[in-house]
Amino acid sequence: MTQPGAESWVDVPTGGTVVNPGSTERNLTGSWRTKRPVIDFDACSHCMICWVMCPDSCFATAKGTLVSVDLDHCKGCGICASECPRKCIEMVAEGRD
Amino acid sequence: MTLKLRELSMLDDGFNPGHGLCAGCSESVIVRQVLTALENPPVVALATGCLEVSSTRFPDTAWKVPLIHSAFENAATSASGVEAAFKALVRKGRMADRPITFVVFGGDGATYDIGFQWLSGALERGHKFMYVCLNNEGYMNTGIQRSGATMLGAWTTTTPAGSVTPGKPQWRKDMTGIIAAHGIPYVAQAAVHHWKDLMTKVRKAEAADGPAFINVLAPCDRGWRYEPEDTMAISRLAVETALWPLYEVENGKYKLNGPRHKSLPIVDYLESQGRFRHLLRNGDPAVVEEIQGIVDLEWNRLREKCGLEPELSKNEAEAVTSAD
Ligand code: SF4
Ligand code: SF4
Repeated sequence: MTQPGAESWVDVPTGGTVVNPGSTERNLTGSWRTKRPVIDFDACSHCMICWVMCPDSCFATAKGTLVSVDLDHCKGCGICASECPRKCIEMVAEGRD
Repeated sequence: MTLKLRELSMLDDGFNPGHGLCAGCSESVIVRQVLTALENPPVVALATGCLEVSSTRFPDTAWKVPLIHSAFENAATSASGVEAAFKALVRKGRMADRPITFVVFGGDGATYDIGFQWLSGALERGHKFMYVCLNNEGYMNTGIQRSGATMLGAWTTTTPAGSVTPGKPQWRKDMTGIIAAHGIPYVAQAAVHHWKDLMTKVRKAEAADGPAFINVLAPCDRGWRYEPEDTMAISRLAVETALWPLYEVENGKYKLNGPRHKSLPIVDYLESQGRFRHLLRNGDPAVVEEIQGIVDLEWNRLREKCGLEPELSKNEAEAVTSAD
């Protein structure tokens, strides 16, 4: 598939209609981040507070359990770490392992 | 369906990441909560604002639901036109009748100022749609200019704080009250940190028999000058200081949904944000006192509408005790 935006002008939909729902996903906003969330899954109660509070829809869930965090899009705001009731998310500076 | 986070987390929220909202922005959190809470498929109209410029940068879109990109003033009009067209097509048998929820997202610039008469008209005409105001108290995406929603004393680039003015010289409009005066079936004030209250209100707005309006406080780390991780804490402070009470007006009946008591002085809220720093640093107690006075007055007016006794401010309570 041609990347959205790379079509020639004759292929642009009439009226500038955007026909790629959710296509911002290809913008990897994870590069904005200076700190990344590290989750202690042993302490996690799967309450999903982090899931509902993340501005960048980063928490992947499966059947009501927390599975992973999407570091391709996480901007490192730290809301999840501040709001986690069990304090099991830690913000770690990028570039320091 | 009941509102349980675990169950909700299995749904697609209809809004993808990769949008350009600042780290820590509350607007996408509100959008995700609203879209997740809806029971019917939505048709969304967006007004110009941070959310629109960040989520629909051509040729991309963060949205996975039908969306109309509107101008600053006319999002409510877009939604009312679509709602009327849908009804007409159903009546003529050209479209199947099914439940659809028409939703508008507009910032405070679009709602309090630029789109106000259009919104007012759509409410008066009685279209069945839901308007969600993402109230970040200013024109943030154009560089933090003051709006009709900006707080008294707040620094913005058009109300600089200095020796001449202490930030914005005027109080904000009571937009929720103004909308309630339209006599529409459902009006509410909500806050992003209280997801359950917000989602319950979205469900009520969706079920309302006519227009509905929800004014959601949308803390902005860039414009309010605080660290991105504090977005929810700031929202909580706004509710606890009674600056942003959580309440609803259902068919004319007022009800407080949040805390029934003001638990913190306004100083705690002002201290949390750089946009008010000058009030505290230069010691402008007059402005701080003025703000506290208006908060107390509005809080008691609201309590009265909800059928509750007025709550005395700290100074008043002290005056009463010392007089005893
Ligand atoms: S908020 Fe904390 S405890 Fe709850 S699901 Fe997220 S990581 Fe787990
Ligand atoms: S740091 Fe912010 S963007 Fe990253 S996962 Fe946590 S809440 Fe989401």
